[in-house]
Amino acid sequence: MKKIIVVGNGMVGYKFCEKFAEKATDTSFKLTVFGEEPRPAYDRVHLSEYFENQDAKALEMAPAEWYSENNIDLVTNERVVDIHRSSKTITTSKDRTFTYDYLVLATGSSPFVPPIKGVEKEGVFVYRTIEDLEGMLAYAANLKAIKPDAKAAVLGGGLLGLEAGKAVLDMGLEPHIVEFAPKLMPRQLDSRSSNVLQLKLESIGLNIHLSKATNQILGDEAIIGMEFGEDDVLDVDMLIVSAGIRPRDELAKTCDLEVGVRGGILVNNKMQTTDPDIFAIGEVALLNQMIYGLVAPGYDMAEIAVKQILGEADAEMPKDIDMSTKLKLIGVDVASFGEPFMPASKGHSIIYEDKTKFLYKRINVSHDRKKLLGGILVGDAADYNMLHQIYMNGMAIPEEPAQLILPSSDGAAAFGDVMDLPDEAQICSCESVTKGQICGVIESGEAKDLADVVSCTKAGTGCGGCKPMVKDIAEATLKSLGIEVKDSICEHFDYNRQDLYKIIQVKGYTTFNQVLDSHGNGGHGCELCKPVVASLMASIHADTANKEYAIQDSNDRFLANIQRNGTYSVVPRVPGGEITPDKLIALGEIAKKYNLYTKITGGVRIDLFGATLNQLPLIWKELIAHGFESGHAYGKSLRTVKTCVGSTWCRYGMDESVSFGIELENRYRGIRAPHKIKGGVSGCIRECAEARGKDFGLIAVEGGWNLYVGGNGGANPRHAELFAEQIDNETVIKYLDRYLMFYMRTAKPLQRTAAWQERLEGGLDYLKEVIIDDKLGIAKDLEAEMQTLVNKFECEWTQAVNDPEMMKRFSHFVNSNDDDDNIVFVPMREQKMPEPWK
Amino acid sequence: MEEVLEKYTATKIEDVKVWFKAASISDFPADGGACVKYKNKQIAVFNFARLNKWYACQNVCPHKMEMVLSRGMIGDDKGTPKVACPLHKKTFSLENGENLNGDLEAIATYPVKIEEENVYIGFAD
Repeated sequence: MKKIIVVGNGMVGYKFCEKFAEKATDTSFKLTVFGEEPRPAYDRVHLSEYFENQDAKALEMAPAEWYSENNIDLVTNERVVDIHRSSKTITTSKDRTFTYDYLVLATGSSPFVPPIKGVEKEGVFVYRTIEDLEGMLAYAANLKAIKPDAKAAVLGGGLLGLEAGKAVLDMGLEPHIVEFAPKLMPRQLDSRSSNVLQLKLESIGLNIHLSKATNQILGDEAIIGMEFGEDDVLDVDMLIVSAGIRPRDELAKTCDLEVGVRGGILVNNKMQTTDPDIFAIGEVALLNQMIYGLVAPGYDMAEIAVKQILGEADAEMPKDIDMSTKLKLIGVDVASFGEPFMPASKGHSIIYEDKTKFLYKRINVSHDRKKLLGGILVGDAADYNMLHQIYMNGMAIPEEPAQLILPSSDGAAAFGDVMDLPDEAQICSCESVTKGQICGVIESGEAKDLADVVSCTKAGTGCGGCKPMVKDIAEATLKSLGIEVKDSICEHFDYNRQDLYKIIQVKGYTTFNQVLDSHGNGGHGCELCKPVVASLMASIHADTANKEYAIQDSNDRFLANIQRNGTYSVVPRVPGGEITPDKLIALGEIAKKYNLYTKITGGVRIDLFGATLNQLPLIWKELIAHGFESGHAYGKSLRTVKTCVGSTWCRYGMDESVSFGIELENRYRGIRAPHKIKGGVSGCIRECAEARGKDFGLIAVEGGWNLYVGGNGGANPRHAELFAEQIDNETVIKYLDRYLMFYMRTAKPLQRTAAWQERLEGGLDYLKEVIIDDKLGIAKDLEAEMQTLVNKFECEWTQAVNDPEMMKRFSHFVNSNDDDDNIVFVPMREQKMPEPWK
Repeated sequence: MEEVLEKYTATKIEDVKVWFKAASISDFPADGGACVKYKNKQIAVFNFARLNKWYACQNVCPHKMEMVLSRGMIGDDKGTPKVACPLHKKTFSLENGENLNGDLEAIATYPVKIEEENVYIGFAD
């Protein structure tokens, strides 16, 4: 058995393991991977997301168990310190020795810290690992407690520096970017596009200082400022150094492998170092005298190294390595492809610029205007995928190349259809998936929809930039095979929920039978279509569940949650979780009187269990007399808006989260939707209300609220995604009205916002266009519909207890006042519970 | 718990010895049900208004032995009238009691007749 040792468990080291596990199916190899960090490999490209959610698990490439499941030994927290080529062994920081047949160096790079005087002071950080981020967060939190208007600077205006700038924004500090060069992103952008990017970033609150050489860091122990020249000082309380990277090639130096003049381990196009049994991949490898600081070439290198070790002698890196890239920096699209800067001797440039919209597009075409050679996009990179494909595949371009970047008057794309791409066109560069592979899995029947395509090919699972194109190709292929995706709600209707929504709205139907008789298939309905129509009647006409109770789902029918022995639980609304002692006592008294099992719910309300059907109205009469109303815990409707205590009490609070939470809960209470909706409002980025785990979440930041949408707990936990930043209360309500109503109109039955959002064509960007930019011209309708529902709100329990006819259904027997004698409770921890099922 | 089930046996109209007057038709929702107490039995009665028919069956769901079927939604499965248990949506034919989406044992059904706006259920005992 041959032993392979991988040194470094970063993204590229992990990719080596993944490709190896995929290809090496026999047991003639044993793979061991060493990582110096305490956790398994994580997604460093999306590191800034850690500031939004502080969830290191979410960034993991694969959990620790993945390695053992694939028979890979993962050793974390242990650095390899020496290589002994003569004995083919390595030594680790814990003084352990291991032998290898093949050694793969994937040690990556470290941040370059320029030798500036004072750079060792407290409050100066680098931006590379989760531990770096944790250090920054702790420092920033302390800083803000003593100085609410603290400032932080980032040294370096390159790609990583701007990512770090986003981190500073997210931490709620005043952000400054300090760059030595006269422009931002000097390596990727030309002067004009850099200027457009700068204007855009300044418009969202970043302070940008160009052509600044930092002489020293000021302060005694901790940083208080940066000095650029005499009388040129920037006061800052924290500094993040992001001035480039240096390959971690120190191991190569210990064993005389050849390294480049400016660092990096020399490799050939098989990824072999000067010792053919030692490979180097990723940011430590010097290939073609270049360090490739992007993840896609790093992944390709990992794959080549795997193939070489497994005996595919002719596997080699391509001659031209594509350095095209598309990014979202602080919410701004930036992309470059091919040759972004091109000397006039090779062709012409065509430039479109609109500073009022912070837009810049440049394409470089050959002298004969037939080939696309490269380009730069800032502000809007929607066309990147297609332009990149045209460039990669040398496809023909329009006679008037400017059409490729000019906004077209009729909205039609100048570059044809995705299906015109050749089969070998690489659609997903992270996972090397071609158009032919995507079409192939559909044509072979292996994939029946987009989700299958993604799981079969992994397309779109890397950076995700190619998702829209993968979707277009998958759909066009499905269509060409005549496969129609049918999503009618049940055997009684040929319509989906969205169709029925429109039908009921346009025709003004008010009862289930009207809908079934006019648009059904001649049957009598069932437990699938009845609750859907009931929910639509509520969403469209604000009908309560009392109106047509026989079509309501189990819980709605009796305005309570049915429990496993046929008794019910009762949850009154406690908006925002704020409750007076008197009301709390009233709840306790009522629970005691009816001997109800009492528990705080997951949504921090109080749930009273074990009420029989006959008891429900008696309990509710008392609750209503004490000022409570229905909490709709039984409905596919708004549950709670969870809040932290916010600036009214908390010394860190930036805004009144409780007040706003109560306002939102009272606004959306009782509104029925395709599934339950939960909200959260946090008063600062510590996020004590767990707002990002909710369908809508708000976090108070400097200058307003950050609005997040589409999160949930449950079987598939999802964090809500950032939708809008620093908006005021009024704007929050405007966007939420539109968002919720759009969800209510278009989601499938029992589809939470997260799943809906994920499957929405065009994703979050499309959603922003609809909700924020009003692309469909429906914003006013959505707001008006929501306002109607808000105005028509009525507590359905109050409605029920005041109507003798409605009260009739709250009786176990139609011909007796007796309770169900089949119900048996047993004692448990001073309360009661239903007898266990046998 | 299984002894609960022994109280309920499917009853055909020719076996009926007692027609029990349960309640007025107005006590039942259109296309929905309610529960009737007869001696030590609980019977779910459904007003299938769309078919202009009435059905009766045991109130206990044979899945978890809870007295809940009368609170379930009714409808049809490819033409067969059915009730869906409110707890786990097990569905049963209202015609012959068969479990339509699983292999639970059939529920007992009873004949219903309507006379002068009143609902009668037929029992063999």
